[in-house]
Amino acid sequence: MPRALFEKLGNARYISHLDLMRVFQRAFKRAGLPLTHTQGFNPRPSVSIALPLSLGVESRCELLDFELEHPCSCDEICGRLNAALIDGVHIRGVYEQGQKLKGLALLQSRLVLEYDRQIPDDVYEQIQNLFFQPELIVEKKGKNGITQQDIIPMIRRLSVKRLTGEELEISALHSCQNPSLNPMQLVAAVTKYLPELAPDYVRCFREEIYDANETIFR
Amino acid sequence: MTELKQRILTAVQKPARYTGGEWGEVKKNLSDVRVRVAFCFPDTYEIGMSNLGMRILYGVMNRMDGIWCERVFAPWGDMEAEMRKNHLPLWALESQNPVRDFDMIAFTIGYEMAYSNILNMLDLAGVPLHAKDRVGLKNIVFAGGVCAFNPEPLAEFIDFFSLGEGEDSTVEIVSLYDRAKAEDWDKDTFLKEVAKIPGVYVPSFYRHEYNEDGTLKAIVPLDGAPETVTKRIIEDLDSAYFPTEMIVPSTEIVHDRANLEAFRGCIRGCRFCQAGFSCRPVRKKSPEVLYRQAVQTLEHSGNNEITVSSLSTSDYRGLKELTDQLIPYCSENKVNLSVPSLRADNFSRELMEKLQTVRKSGLTFAPEAGTQRLRDVINKNLTEEEILNTCSQAFSGGWNNVKLYFMLGLPTETDEDVLGIAELVYKVIQAWKENAVNKKRGLRVHVATAYFVPKPHTPFQWEKQITPQEYLRRCRLLKSHFYSKSIVYDYHSPDLSRLEAVFARGDRRLGPVIETAVKNGARLDGWDEYFNYAKWYDAFRQCGVDEDFYTTRGYGEEEILPWDTIDVGVSKAFLKRERRRAYDGQVTPDCRHGCAGCGANRLLQEVVCDA
Repeated sequence: MPRALFEKLGNARYISHLDLMRVFQRAFKRAGLPLTHTQGFNPRPSVSIALPLSLGVESRCELLDFELEHPCSCDEICGRLNAALIDGVHIRGVYEQGQKLKGLALLQSRLVLEYDRQIPDDVYEQIQNLFFQPELIVEKKGKNGITQQDIIPMIRRLSVKRLTGEELEISALHSCQNPSLNPMQLVAAVTKYLPELAPDYVRCFREEIYDANETIFR
Repeated sequence: MTELKQRILTAVQKPARYTGGEWGEVKKNLSDVRVRVAFCFPDTYEIGMSNLGMRILYGVMNRMDGIWCERVFAPWGDMEAEMRKNHLPLWALESQNPVRDFDMIAFTIGYEMAYSNILNMLDLAGVPLHAKDRVGLKNIVFAGGVCAFNPEPLAEFIDFFSLGEGEDSTVEIVSLYDRAKAEDWDKDTFLKEVAKIPGVYVPSFYRHEYNEDGTLKAIVPLDGAPETVTKRIIEDLDSAYFPTEMIVPSTEIVHDRANLEAFRGCIRGCRFCQAGFSCRPVRKKSPEVLYRQAVQTLEHSGNNEITVSSLSTSDYRGLKELTDQLIPYCSENKVNLSVPSLRADNFSRELMEKLQTVRKSGLTFAPEAGTQRLRDVINKNLTEEEILNTCSQAFSGGWNNVKLYFMLGLPTETDEDVLGIAELVYKVIQAWKENAVNKKRGLRVHVATAYFVPKPHTPFQWEKQITPQEYLRRCRLLKSHFYSKSIVYDYHSPDLSRLEAVFARGDRRLGPVIETAVKNGARLDGWDEYFNYAKWYDAFRQCGVDEDFYTTRGYGEEEILPWDTIDVGVSKAFLKRERRRAYDGQVTPDCRHGCAGCGANRLLQEVVCDA
């Protein structure tokens, strides 16, 4: 099944996962690239997006699997789809055959913590030290209510940087499947253990995806 | 740093409805724009984006050189709270600029329950509510839509109304404004000139005087304003603008599909129906044009669903020709074709079966009344036999779901008519028992009753509305006669329909009531989550206005009616005649079986009525 790598930036980050599926279904139609449909009582166009993205999160590395009625070259699909897509959703590349999704293991996330006040020069060290502890328990809201989760085993690398007097950046390479870490949990940890450093607003970005060996995943 | 609005967007439900940026939205370079129009829909994005009228006029204005029309919708409660907390004024989607920076602010009003939203949106925009407080040409507020056929409750807030179909008049209005702005007219000069455009009604040019009993004593046109203003219509729908390049929302809306309008007007003459009279005369659109527009719309939008709409699609003469072309196109392109508003005739039954190949949907009937006697009174030309035949066929074809819609409180209704509904429902159940192919699945009959609201420009415009207590008694009476587990019975709460009745036939004394209710917090009244009659009740008491005057009192035939200034084409003499026929239980055949002389054909100059 062919796979597209796409980005979802700017105002497109407010489009939910389900709505984005519809955006793509229509974009394929507009592009004159009819999708095959699932069998059954309610046939649906065959598109699926790996790792649903939370509302409000931007990404440069989303994967879309799809199947076309008529074969078409990857370059042509890419060009035609981009001409039929909305601002903020852009295809970066199309691959004839994607890797098996279960090989997708790691995600490089970037979080920008914004403060409505000046932050001291050395806070990044405090935050960095927080994530150097052997164990960091954060509450996780799931289907069965709130559970306690140790997030340290899911973080492979993490760095903190002071961008401006009001902005901190956390970059983390962390697991995104079995188990998966929602990067907003990193902010939850800061808020829980360093409440004086709780940010006023957070922007979250997916930067890149990798397999378990840190090879870029496509 | 992230700007305030972006931060708020992260905190509210369904933020995509506030950002714009959809496929097909129109953006213009501000340096090329002379007149900016904020086109406001007084309800949420999901409702407004489903409205074909708004899509048409959006396209009409944006086709004009130097004019930029942008969309504005009512925010949901969570967003409104954030906007008020952060002093963020209401914005338009395309440019994200504040509405108060726009030259013209337009509203399309299809439902009385949106009145609170109009005032609330003006308030959120930081625009003065009262027309008299908006001096100068900036922020001219005008409105259209079916509610403009009795605009009086909004008279003090709206500068002028555009009556009827807006494809032509909107261009004339906006062009005049363009000139007025270039020549720096004052507001009064503009209003005098805009009133000369046919179909434009300027409420401040009329003085309403009242008798001691509260009825209207006189409507006095001032400064040579015309005694009546006649609505505008489009005569040739084939050549009229139709938006084949529609905006495709990035988030789900109520009617998330492409839309075709088969024709305008209605030949039926159901005596309670405002659209049936106020949208006359009947004008057709040719199947070739419709097919071409369907293909263009689907290709441009990428939609996988299209609906053929009209007031009564079975009455469209070109239906066979159109569907013969559309069905193959749709199945080849995996598009769902839906054709609602079909009657229970033979061709429609065949068509429904054909459409089933694409997708199975439910069967819906609106007999409106339970007995043939009352159906004759309201001129609803649907017999029990037709309903039962269609149901039997559908049941033998595997359908197990029927929806039946009725009204309670229709003129002359007795308990016998109410119980007639229960009888009809049992006959439907019987038909299922006799015809169903798979009884294991069981049958569902959804029955819904609405509280009759008398509407202006209908033969029932003078009628009394029954009291809410009486309406509830009839609902309970009916409910006590439903024994089968297959029946799901819903009845609308009376409060909303009572309020709708007040505003539908309201006069200028309701302006302060709306304003007070909005100050009390009334908004989004069409939504159960927000509608709160207590806020309205308090507003009526605070303003000393009695709801009963507009509802249970009934209007005298010789009384001056608040909407007498508005001419929708159908004559008052015809409405009176129809009212008498209703009381005599006499049906009036549909227009195709003989012209009943409603008078709407005098609006036509180039074509004849296509009834």
